[in-house]
Amino acid sequence: MAKSASQGGGMDVVSKKAASARIVRVAETVYEDIAKKNRKPSMKFPVRSLANVKYDIKRGHFEILNRVATRTLSYNTVKTFAQSMRLLATTKNDLLDKDDIAGKREIYYNSKSWGECRFNEQPESDTLLDDMEAMLEINREQLGYIPEEHGGEVCGPLVVVDRDPATGKDIRIDCTKLGTGAWSIPSRVEHLRFQSKAKFVLVIETASLFQRLVHHRYYEKGSCILISMSGVPTRACRRFIRRLADDQKLPVLAFTDGDPYGYCNIYRTLKVGSGQAAHINRFFCVPQAHYLGVTPWDIKDFKLEDATHPLEEADIKRAKDALKNDPFIRHHKEWQQALEHMLALGVRVEQQAFAKHGLNFVLEEYLPRKLKKAHFLP
Amino acid sequence: MARERKVPVAETAESMAQKQREISVSEFFLKNRHLLGFDSPRKALLTAVKEAVDNSLDACEEAGILPEIGVDITQLAEDRFKVSVTDNGPGIVKAQIPRIFAKLLYGSKFHRLRMSRGQQGIGISAAGMYGQLTTGASTRILSKVKGSKMAHHMEVQIDTRANKPAILTEEETDWLPVFLPVNEEGKPGRPIEYKHGTGVEIVMEAAYVRGKLSVDEYIKQCAIVNPHLQLHYRLALKGKAEGGKGKGEGAEAESTSAASAVTYARAVNRLPEPPTEIKPHPHGVELGLLMQMLKGTAARTLRSALTTDFSRVGDRSALEICERAGLNPKANPTRIAHQESEALYKAIQETKLMRPPTDCLSPIGEAQILAGLKKEIAADFYTAVTREPEVYRGNPFQVEVGLAYAKPGENQELGAEEPVRVLRFANRVPLLYQGGACGMTEAVTDVNWKTYGLAQPKGGLPVGPMVILLHMASVWVPFTSESKEAIAHYPEILKEFTYALQECGRQLSVYLSRRRRQAEVERKRSYIEMYIPHLALGLKEILEFDERKEKQVIQKLGKMLEKTHLDV
Repeated sequence: MAKSASQGGGMDVVSKKAASARIVRVAETVYEDIAKKNRKPSMKFPVRSLANVKYDIKRGHFEILNRVATRTLSYNTVKTFAQSMRLLATTKNDLLDKDDIAGKREIYYNSKSWGECRFNEQPESDTLLDDMEAMLEINREQLGYIPEEHGGEVCGPLVVVDRDPATGKDIRIDCTKLGTGAWSIPSRVEHLRFQSKAKFVLVIETASLFQRLVHHRYYEKGSCILISMSGVPTRACRRFIRRLADDQKLPVLAFTDGDPYGYCNIYRTLKVGSGQAAHINRFFCVPQAHYLGVTPWDIKDFKLEDATHPLEEADIKRAKDALKNDPFIRHHKEWQQALEHMLALGVRVEQQAFAKHGLNFVLEEYLPRKLKKAHFLP
Repeated sequence: MARERKVPVAETAESMAQKQREISVSEFFLKNRHLLGFDSPRKALLTAVKEAVDNSLDACEEAGILPEIGVDITQLAEDRFKVSVTDNGPGIVKAQIPRIFAKLLYGSKFHRLRMSRGQQGIGISAAGMYGQLTTGASTRILSKVKGSKMAHHMEVQIDTRANKPAILTEEETDWLPVFLPVNEEGKPGRPIEYKHGTGVEIVMEAAYVRGKLSVDEYIKQCAIVNPHLQLHYRLALKGKAEGGKGKGEGAEAESTSAASAVTYARAVNRLPEPPTEIKPHPHGVELGLLMQMLKGTAARTLRSALTTDFSRVGDRSALEICERAGLNPKANPTRIAHQESEALYKAIQETKLMRPPTDCLSPIGEAQILAGLKKEIAADFYTAVTREPEVYRGNPFQVEVGLAYAKPGENQELGAEEPVRVLRFANRVPLLYQGGACGMTEAVTDVNWKTYGLAQPKGGLPVGPMVILLHMASVWVPFTSESKEAIAHYPEILKEFTYALQECGRQLSVYLSRRRRQAEVERKRSYIEMYIPHLALGLKEILEFDERKEKQVIQKLGKMLEKTHLDV
């Protein structure tokens, strides 16, 4: 495994002023349609779905295609249209112009003052936020929206250089000297600098396995930085891993549950991004990542046959759907083989299944053997 | 009955003959009063009012007088009521009064085929007889004939053994029918006097109830279906406290506590077309009646009896019947009646004849049904259908259906979630009892109302804030019993009702879908109007423009969306 030096420099930085001006431009177009051109206004968004991405091999992530959805004002769209406009107004006046920040949930509650125009559930406002960042081509963090999700946890031979928000002075965080805890990835990671002697980064799906590896100081034995994702990695988590790997030229290995969700959602999103966020995948992906396990073949290789669970309806549907529609899976024969093999076996296997052979089998036997063999899925 | 086993003395023909005697019709009905609608005290009250009002209406219409009727019900004691019905009809000549009011099966309507409310001449005498039986009181009649100076006052009873009237009082008086109208606010108006009319007063054991089977309902329905009628209804009930000390009528009247009065105003100033009398159609005549007609005919030959006494039998048809029956057309009809009537009857059934004339019918008419419904039922949509006359078993009949649909919640009496109300009428007489057994109800439940936009439980009445009016007009309405509460299930009749109901249903569905469309447009409009201002507000906040521009945006957007989405 070569240390990949994938490109992908700093993110497009848009000043708050420029972002504000883009919002004004959108509003002006709408106003001109109504007042001058006397026609129904419309807004254009890039389509955000797997159907509108291609797997860009050279760049190593999902790149958005040019399919555009037009939302023209009509009886059916009048509510969303009004909500979008009020959301744009709030973003411009309350966040950008006042240099403030807001969480997704806060902005949902903020809408409760809009009367009948309010969002009834947070997914409604989340969707419009995604629409807005796609339309403005500015990711929401730069608009002042901070994610509420946990960014992920880090432990191992790594020094993170952060800034004191008050004084602007450097703060050095040694991720081996955090006692029994770990370091949490902040929501914004662009300013961080790194120092590390590790050989690779090991990204882990479940927090409990992460805890076990930390507890037994596996990072020393394996000479690796441990990162826990707790499910599908957040944008901040992906961005952090990407910057760390780029900066320190480290390979990245992923260790998830052996099921379609672990393969197609967690790992795929980590490596190439998602359909939902197609417009910003180029920043939030880790093309140098490879997949360590648990693979469907590990079940036999590590005698886990009696530590599996049958695939559920949703798992089967997810796997079949990925085989048919996911550009990443369709590009990689090995992944198609993996999913087909799993479907043939009809079972899934969890990270914790290795406990069958003893609680520490996973760090004493499994990881060393896999790393020695060094055959990873792309 | 205590049986005495020890006397097995055989009856002889002679001893039995001593016990055998004629039963008078009056006696028969006395023992079978349920047949006439007097089976319970509350039904008795309704039946008495109904018979008196029917008679008044028939009399007025026959005499070409716009009917004005007063109905007064006064509670005299817990279970004793005085029913008094007055009309402005032509009056009754003195000699006929006792027979009309105190002899069963006496009347002008039984012997002819002509559309009228009453048929057999039982009703009003039966009411008097019932009063006499339950209270001992006589029937009191006041009648003034047009042109005469004085009115007759009579009090009569019925001799139930002989079915003969017994006159108790007979005098001349200067009575005039007077009606006391009440306006919509319940205030009394100027009394209305006529120079002719009849009043009948019966005291009887009865009970008063409100609701769907009440006198109130009967009178209201009468007003719907007789828009040319003006009716003044007064009801005086006794308070719950016993007024036991009251002596004589005056004292009792004073102790009444709850009195109410209402006038159902006339909506149409034209009398219905007077129905014409027809001769029976051969296909509607049963064997017994055929024999009777042959016996009583004035014609000398069978052929002429057939052509003159029946409708739609010409010379050729008469000959054809005779030939088919193997009878001599010149035979004596009286002889045929005795010996060969069965063959004749069969031949008649087998001979093709023209249908009976149908101009003898006088339907209410679509316009009048609408007027009646609009007058008494607050609703949003009305429709009515009068079908062309048809024939069942030689009897011409005609069917009418009216429909009134209220906006849900706007008419308190019509629940949106309740079965529709079915108003049944036969020759303009409301039928209140026996709804379930009536062919008209069956016709309503058999129609698939879901097609027309109403909910309908399987095999039941449709559900909705609606009234369905059904009317059957015929020279002979086929009631299921003598109490005249339900009409029989003749397929020919049901079919006509079904067609009429379906036609009304189609009108209803047009109305309902238009209303649904309007509601949809209204809903869309308010939805659009709810969000447009927010869109404008967002724009205003971003572009920082003034309120004038904001208003302009709202206005323009409203117009644009209205044009494409509220296309009415």
